[in-house]
Amino acid sequence: MSPSAIIVVENLVKHYREIKAVNGITFSVMKGEIFGLLGPNGAGKTTTLEIIETLREKTSGNILVNGISLDENPNAIKQIIGVQLQAANYYPNLTLYELLDLFAGLYNTSVDKDNMLARVGLETRGKSKYKILSGGQKQRFSIATTLINKPLIVFLDEPTTGLDPQARRNLWELIKEIRDNGTTVVITTHYMDEAEILCDRVAIIEKGKIISLASPEKLIDDLIASGFEKIKEVKKANLEDVFLSLTGREWRDM
Amino acid sequence: MKQKKVKYNQLIAMRAVAFASFRSITRNPSAIIFSIAFPLIFIIAFGFINGNNIRMDVGIVPGSDTTGMIYKTFSVVPNIDHETKLTVKELEDRLSKGRLDAILKFEKNSFQGKPEVVEIITGKASKEKAIFVKSIITNLVDQQNIAYYKSLSTKADSADYQRALLTNQPTELRESKISGREYKMIDFILPGQLGFSILSAAVFGTAFVFYSLRQTLVLKRFFATPIRRPYIILGEALSRIVFQLLGASVIIFIGHYVFDFTLIHGLWTAIEMLLLSALGLIVFMGFGFVVSGIAKSENVIPPIANIVTLPQFLLCGTFFPIDSFPKWLQYISKALPLTYVNDALRKIAFEGAGLMDISHQIIVLILWGVVIYAAAVRFFRWE
Repeated sequence: MSPSAIIVVENLVKHYREIKAVNGITFSVMKGEIFGLLGPNGAGKTTTLEIIETLREKTSGNILVNGISLDENPNAIKQIIGVQLQAANYYPNLTLYELLDLFAGLYNTSVDKDNMLARVGLETRGKSKYKILSGGQKQRFSIATTLINKPLIVFLDEPTTGLDPQARRNLWELIKEIRDNGTTVVITTHYMDEAEILCDRVAIIEKGKIISLASPEKLIDDLIASGFEKIKEVKKANLEDVFLSLTGREWRDM
Repeated sequence: MKQKKVKYNQLIAMRAVAFASFRSITRNPSAIIFSIAFPLIFIIAFGFINGNNIRMDVGIVPGSDTTGMIYKTFSVVPNIDHETKLTVKELEDRLSKGRLDAILKFEKNSFQGKPEVVEIITGKASKEKAIFVKSIITNLVDQQNIAYYKSLSTKADSADYQRALLTNQPTELRESKISGREYKMIDFILPGQLGFSILSAAVFGTAFVFYSLRQTLVLKRFFATPIRRPYIILGEALSRIVFQLLGASVIIFIGHYVFDFTLIHGLWTAIEMLLLSALGLIVFMGFGFVVSGIAKSENVIPPIANIVTLPQFLLCGTFFPIDSFPKWLQYISKALPLTYVNDALRKIAFEGAGLMDISHQIIVLILWGVVIYAAAVRFFRWE
C-alpha cells in the first residue's frame, strides 16, 4: 500500500446469482486526486462504487478506506465519505435549508447553510422546495449534501448525466474546486470528454474487470504510440464550442 | 484530555429524520384532508342526522305480566329489541350507560282485574330514543283506554261509565327517571371517526411514504450516512404519530366545544383517548409496512390498503354499533382490531373508563400488533 493511497481495493468480486457484476478488481485511489471509473452501462462501475460506499455487500475481496477496513467498521467509513447517488431524491416538499438541516442531523454535525449553498451556486434557492429545482440544480444540491460532513472522499455517480452543456461545465468547475480543497473525488461517467478534462487518473472497466488504468494523457499517448490515427482531421473547435459560444457559459437555470 | 471526535449519536440523526418527515407530512394536503377534514365532515354529517330507522333497546323487568294486551301489542312493534334476561340492577346499569333506551315493567291492574299497569323508566343517557319508546307506550295505553271506555258506553250504563272516569283509569302509565349521563349521537360518532382516521392515516400514510422513500432512493441516500436503519423507521414513525395525535386533538377539541362531545373527566379523558390512539396508530402502521413491502407499484397501494381499511370501516362500529349486525357478522367484527380501538375510545370518553378498565381491548390490540409486525418483518423491503 502506497502511503498516499486513501482507498485500496483488492480482488473485489460481486456475484448476483449467476451474473458476475464485478470480477476481481484491484486498484488504489490516491489522496487528493479525481479518480474516474469509466465504462459502458452494466460494466460494474456503480456496483464497485456502492460496495465501497458501504451500500452493497461484496462477495469477496478486501477494501480499505483511509485505513479503515470495510468489513470491520463500515459505520466509521460512512462518517468520512460523502455519497451522491444516481437518481437519488429528497423529500420533495422540503426547502433546501430544511434538507441541509436534515443531513446535518444525519451526520451529527452543523452546517453553514448559506455558505454551503453558495459553494454549489444555489445561494438564492435556500427557501425553495427541492421539487421545483431544475435537473442541474438538483445535481448540485445533491453534491452539496455530500459535503456536509466535510468528507475526506466524495463519490459521484454519473453526476452530469442528463445535464445541458452549461450545467455540465459548471459542475466540472465545482468538482475541481472540491478536489482543490483537499477532498478526494471518485467519479463515474460514460462521457470521455468529461473524464479527459476532470480526472487525474481513470480506470476503464469492462465486464467486471479493469482493462486499463492510468492518467488520461498516458492512455492517449499509449494509443497514439501503438499507431492509432483519427480518421477525421480534428478542427480547432467542435460543435459544443459553437453551442457554448452562442448560448454563453452561465448557468441556465438560476 | 478532550476527546477529539464526539461519538456519533443515533438519536440526533433520528430527530433530524423525524423533523424532516413531520414537515413533509404537514405540507402534504392529502394528509391533512384525510386525518382532520374527512373525520370532521363525517362528524358534522352524522351529527345532524338522527336517523329514521332507529333501533331501540328496551329492558323488560323480570316477572312482568306478559299476558296483557299492551304487552302483546308492544312486543310486535318493529325495531325494538327486548332484553328479558337481566335483573333490575343490571337493567338499570345498562340504562345509565345508554346501552338500553328504557326499562318497562308490565303489571296486572287491580282495577277490575283486567287491564294492566305499565311502568317506564328512562335515563338521560338515551334521551331521544327514550322519548320514542315512551310515545309508543303512551299511544298503546291511550288506545287501550279508549277501547275500554267505548265498551263501557255501549253498555249504556252511564253510572258505570261515570264511575270509571272518576276513579282509576283502566290502564295507567307511571313514569320515573333514574340519573345518568346524556348519551348523544356525537358520543357514538366521534370515537368511530377518530378510530377510522387513525387506521386509514396509519395504513395509507405509512405505505405511501415508505414506498416512495424506497423508490426515490431517499432511503438509500440515508444508508450512506451513519444512521442505522431502525432509527430511520423510528424517526418516520414518530413524526407520523405526533402528526396524527395533533389531528386527533383537533377532532376531540372541535367535537367537545362545537358538538358537545362528552369528555367525562375532561382533559384527562382526552389524554387517555390520545394514549389509546397512539397504541392504535402503532399497530395499524404495521399494516402500512406490510402494504409498502408487497406493493409492486404505486398504483396498487390504494387497492391493497383499502382491503385493509374498508372492511374495518364498515364492520368495526365506525357508523353502526356492531350489536345491530347478525351474530355471524359480529364474530368477524370482533376479530378485527379497529373494533377494539373504537370500543375502547367510547368507553374512555363516555363511561369514564381508565386504561386499566379497557385492558381487554389493549391486550387484543397488542396481540394484533405482534401478528402484524411479524408479517411486516417478513414483507418489508428496504430496497
